[in-house]
Amino acid sequence: MANQQTNSGNPRVDLEYRRRKSAEEMRYQVVSFSLMIFLTLVAFAAVAMKGSAWFTVPFIILLAFVQVVFQLYYFMHMSHKGHEAPSLFLYSGLFVGLITVLTFMTIVWW
Amino acid sequence: MHAEEKLTYETWPAEPEKSTLEAKNKFLGFWLFLGGETVLFASLFATYLALKDKVPNPGEAALAKDLFELPLTFVATMLLLTSSLTSVYAMYQMKNFQFKKMMLWLGITVLLGLGFLGLEVYEFNHYVHEYHHTFTSSAFGSAFYTLVGFHGGHVTFGLAWILTLMIRNAKRGLNLYNAPKFYVASLYWHFIDVVWVFIFTVVYLMGMVG
Repeated sequence: MANQQTNSGNPRVDLEYRRRKSAEEMRYQVVSFSLMIFLTLVAFAAVAMKGSAWFTVPFIILLAFVQVVFQLYYFMHMSHKGHEAPSLFLYSGLFVGLITVLTFMTIVWW
Repeated sequence: MHAEEKLTYETWPAEPEKSTLEAKNKFLGFWLFLGGETVLFASLFATYLALKDKVPNPGEAALAKDLFELPLTFVATMLLLTSSLTSVYAMYQMKNFQFKKMMLWLGITVLLGLGFLGLEVYEFNHYVHEYHHTFTSSAFGSAFYTLVGFHGGHVTFGLAWILTLMIRNAKRGLNLYNAPKFYVASLYWHFIDVVWVFIFTVVYLMGMVG
C-alpha cells in the first residue's frame, strides 16, 4: 500500500494521512460497487430483451469477467502491493480452470 | 509487532492483516486455497456446461429455459453483491480500529447472506415440486444441483464462519490476533461473490437465452 512509505516523523500527521487515504479508497470501493451493479443490470437487460444468442452470450460473459476484475482488484485488494503470490495462485487456478472448461466442451461437443 | 500486544487507535498498524508472521502465513495460505477453489468451481462449471439440458426424456422434462426466472435471480444477485460491499465496509472499519462499526457491517453482511440462502432454498424447493427437477432426475439435474448447491454450501459455510468469529471475539475487541481472521473471512466472502457472478451469468442468464 502506498501509505507505507509515509514517515514524516510525526505520528499524528501519518495517522491522519492514513485515515484520509483509506477514506479515499473506500470512495473508490463504492464507485466500483456502483459499476458492478450497473454491469449486472446491463447483463440482465440484455437477456430480458431476447436478442440474438450469438450476441447476448459473449456479451454477458464479457460483462461477468469485467465485474470479477472489479471484485478481485478493488474488493479483494489485489491492486495493493504485496499481492504477487496471490496473483500467481489465482491466475494459475483460473488458467487450469479455463483449460478444464475448454477440454470438457470440446470432448463432449466435438 | 506481536499478536497479544494491546493497541490503540494511534498505534494500530496500517495493515493489521499482515503485521504478524502468523497473519502473513494466513494471508498467503488463504490465497493458495482460493486458487484451488477456482479449479474446483471451474471443473463443476465445465461439467454443468457439458451436461446442460441433457435429460432422458426431452419434451417432458424441464430444461434450463423452462426453469429459470429473471426476477428471482436478480434479487439473489443484488443481495449477494450488496453483501460484498458491506463486508468491504467492515474491513474499512477494521483498518480504522472501529470494532463496533466493523461488527455492525459484518452483521449486515450476514443478514444479506441469509436472505440469499433463503431465496436459494425457496428456488430449489420450487424446482423439485413444480418441475420434478431433482438431483437424480437427469444428468442436467445432477450437474445443476452440484454446481449451484456447492456454491450455496460455500455461502452457508461463510455465514457460519463470520458468525463464529463475531461471537468468539464479541468481548475481545480488535487485536492483531483476530484482525487477520476477520480479513481472511471477508476475502472468502468476496470469493463466494466472484463465483456467483459466473453462476448467474453462465447458469441463469445463458440458460434463459437458450
